[in-house]
Amino acid sequence: MHFGPHLLLAALEGLVTSAVLALTALGLSLVFGVMRVVNVAHGEFFMLGAVLAWAISTAIPGHPTVGFLAALVLAPLIVGAIALLAERLVLRRLNYNPEATIVATIGMLYIIQQLALSFYGPEARPVEPPFSYRILLPWFGYSGYKLSIIAASALLLVATWLVLTRTKIGLIMRATQYDSETAQAFGIPVDRVYAGVFALGAMLAAIAAVLIVPISQAHYLMGQDPLLLSFIVVIIGGLGSLRGTVVAAVLIGLSDGIISVFFSPTLAKIIATLLVAMVLVFRPQGLFGTASR
Amino acid sequence: MSEASPAKAYALHLGVIALLFALSFVLPDYHHGLLARIMVLAVFAMGYNMLFGYVGLLSLGHAMFFAAGLYGAGLAVIHLGWNVPLAFLAGIACGALLALVIGLLALRTTGVAFMIVTMMFAQVFYLVILYFAAWTGGDQGLVVPQPARVLSFGATSLDLTNPTVRYMSALALFSIVLLITLAIVRSRYGRVLVAVRENEERTKMLGYDTFSNKLIAVVVSGTICAASGAAYALLFGYVGSSFASVQYSILPLLWVLLGGAATTLGGLIGTVFMYYVIDIASGYTSAYLLIVGIALILLVLFFPKGILGTIRQRWLGWLP
Repeated sequence: MHFGPHLLLAALEGLVTSAVLALTALGLSLVFGVMRVVNVAHGEFFMLGAVLAWAISTAIPGHPTVGFLAALVLAPLIVGAIALLAERLVLRRLNYNPEATIVATIGMLYIIQQLALSFYGPEARPVEPPFSYRILLPWFGYSGYKLSIIAASALLLVATWLVLTRTKIGLIMRATQYDSETAQAFGIPVDRVYAGVFALGAMLAAIAAVLIVPISQAHYLMGQDPLLLSFIVVIIGGLGSLRGTVVAAVLIGLSDGIISVFFSPTLAKIIATLLVAMVLVFRPQGLFGTASR
Repeated sequence: MSEASPAKAYALHLGVIALLFALSFVLPDYHHGLLARIMVLAVFAMGYNMLFGYVGLLSLGHAMFFAAGLYGAGLAVIHLGWNVPLAFLAGIACGALLALVIGLLALRTTGVAFMIVTMMFAQVFYLVILYFAAWTGGDQGLVVPQPARVLSFGATSLDLTNPTVRYMSALALFSIVLLITLAIVRSRYGRVLVAVRENEERTKMLGYDTFSNKLIAVVVSGTICAASGAAYALLFGYVGSSFASVQYSILPLLWVLLGGAATTLGGLIGTVFMYYVIDIASGYTSAYLLIVGIALILLVLFFPKGILGTIRQRWLGWLP
């Protein structure tokens, strides 16, 4: 294969990564933006989404499409319920203190990971894609399902943006993010907004995982990489900025896809992580964000 | 931390050291070996506590300092054929240098950003170890050969693989670091660190250069952790990348939280307690990470001050 088509393939793979990453990172970014909580267990909600997708799609007989669609609806709901429970039982009692919540979410990370290992096992298991149509390009055939992931993710991102900017719920969320005390004074149930945002963040990660699981298998350690990449995206995009998050996700996903085709993936990770740490040290508001208050 | 009782504090610490010394002669083999390991890791916890407890900086990347000492000492023995004292110093020097560089960069950030930056630098360090697998052994790690682990002074030589020698070496390191920590904490400098933790702006306004005070604290903390890593490599003879992973950045945090942040003996108490809880639990289940997770959450929810912190608050106000 020539260089051009090879690059196109790498770019397509990168876009699929970006699409999933944007959804996952958006969840992390919302939780940080509104609640000022760094959720280290975010990657585990992603993993739970994938593992539940496997469980649901194998439990439902018949055509794989039925199982997949059921997983796409049910898995995020279950993950959201678990996140809601964790928020009520732990984070709220800590008064959302930033340092205490980090330690607590590290604890959640270990608990969820260990429970997944105990009940799901150490194997990586595949989920059948809902359809297996191949799009034939002049140089190579490409999975239609992968392209549909990009479309689905774009749709969800637009929907989230509309909810945030055009609806009353979005207005309440933005008010809480801007100044939670004043919001409380104006009768906004800040406490319930926090609970909802935490559940929503986890659900976004779970949806991303259900979308990706037909091409990358479910495994109990699969939450690690998305967590690190989401951190990178959220930091580069500016904490709590939706537009920055999407731009950064496309940037990181594309460069990750292209760099790992041509160079060693470990080296790519080293460079990316180091660059991000430097961004955080020298430009803490992110590359696209405005100065934080 | 009242001023009236320096004698009491020193007596307590010397008493703990004497107790550990006496335990060497009565403990059965298994617990004897375990306690030697715990003392080395308690040094790691004390180094972490220096920064987290006294300066209030929560790092999520201290595994890199431990690993710098571990690899600095281990690789010096394996590839350069250095003797034990030189390798130990090499490990400490690696940790101190790394801590200086990381401190200069990471201290530009505060709060949550500091945690994430330290975690990312540690991740880079971990990946670098994996990338240079030809020298570091990558995932598999390396074994420090037994003949190299001998401490010789002229004619006499001490074999560090002998259990008693190993226990006494670990105790020596532990005692030295414990007394150094106690001295730092009780000194003028220690009080400046606590002032930075309580109110950095006000400390700055009183004329203290808080940045360089914090930088010194990072270097001291990193050096102590590196000493623990170097001792681990030389006493237990294994150097592996798992010691640089995120988990080994979380463990000292857990030990210190459990024992009590900003207490000199908290590191030891937390490490002993957690090691034995996991040891006992692993007899029933292999899911020890579950216990670590539950312990972390219960601690921040109900005992944010840890064991010794609670004791100090309720009964013994003089505890350093």
